[in-house]
Amino acid sequence: MSADVPAARHPGALEYLTTKKDEFVGWARKFSLFPYPFVTACCAMEFMAVSSTPYDTDRFGAALPRFSPRQSDLLMVVGTITHKQAPVLRRVYEQMCEPKWVIAFGVCATSGGFYQNYATLPGIDRIIPVDLYIPGCPPRPEMVIDGIMKLQNRIAHDRHPIITDSF
Amino acid sequence: MAAALHERVLARWSSAAREAVIAHGTLVLVVDPEVLVEVVGSLKREFGFDMLLDVTAVDWPGREPRFDVVYHFYTTREFVRVRIKTQVPESAPVVGSLLPLYNAAGIAERECHDMYGIEFRGNPDLRPILLYEGFVGHPLRKDYPKQLEQPLIPYRK
Repeated sequence: MSADVPAARHPGALEYLTTKKDEFVGWARKFSLFPYPFVTACCAMEFMAVSSTPYDTDRFGAALPRFSPRQSDLLMVVGTITHKQAPVLRRVYEQMCEPKWVIAFGVCATSGGFYQNYATLPGIDRIIPVDLYIPGCPPRPEMVIDGIMKLQNRIAHDRHPIITDSF
Repeated sequence: MAAALHERVLARWSSAAREAVIAHGTLVLVVDPEVLVEVVGSLKREFGFDMLLDVTAVDWPGREPRFDVVYHFYTTREFVRVRIKTQVPESAPVVGSLLPLYNAAGIAERECHDMYGIEFRGNPDLRPILLYEGFVGHPLRKDYPKQLEQPLIPYRK
C-alpha cells in the first residue's frame, strides 16, 4: 500500500491477532466483574461510598451491581453474617454461575470482627470459599479499590478452562 | 408533673409493692408476679400509662429468686415513665402475659423468652424471634458459655 492512505481504509489491516486463550479470557473477565452486594451491616456505608462517583469503580468494570445471584460473578459480602443468615448466604453463593469470586468486605465478614458470641459467624470462609479479604472496620474506599485490583490481577493470571478442564 | 403522677401511683400501690423507689427520676415498683397483671392493668386504666416500651429481664446468678423481669411503661398524655420489676425463680420462671393489655407485649415477650427463657403464661406465640429453631439454651443468661456457637450449617473442612 502507498504511505499516504490511512490504515482504516484497509479493512484487512487488523484481521486477526494472536494471543493465549487464558490471557484473552482473563482480560475479558477481569473487566466485567458484576458484583452481587450481600450487604448486611454498617460496612454498607463504605460500600455506598466506594460505589459513588468520586471513586468510580466503573474504571474496573465492577460498578454494575446485579441484584440476582444468577447474573453476577462477584459476591461481595459486606458486613456481619449471623448464624441465622448463614444458610441464606450459602444459598446465594450456590445460585451463582461459574466463574465466581467472593470478596469478604470488612473484618466482620473476614473473621467475625470483634464479635465472638452465640450469634455471629466467625468469618464467611467457614461456609463458602473466599478469594479476597479486605480488612478494616469499615475499610477505606482506597482499600476496596486496591482489593478489586488485586482480584483483577489474579483473574488476569489465572487459568480459565471454558470447554474442558484442559482448554 | 412527673413527681405528681409518681405520688399518685405510690399512694395507690406502695402497700402492694415490695419496694418503691425513685431511681434516676423514674418510679420503680418491685411487685410480686401474682399481682403484676393487676398492677399493670391499674397503671393503664387509672393512670393513663398507655404505652408498653419494653420487656426485658436481668439474670442475677446465685440470687434467689434468680431473675428480674423488667417492664417499662410510658404515658403519652403526661410524658412520664414508670418501671415495674418482678422477681421469678429459676425453677419456675413464669409470669402472666401482658398481651390482653398491650398488643406490643406479644413480640417483646417473645424476645425475652428467647434470651432469658422466661415463660409468659397466656402468650400463645413464644416461637424464637431473634434466635432460630433448634437453638439450645438462652444466650443472655449468665451461665450460657459466652463463645458457644450453634451453627445452622456445618463448617467447611
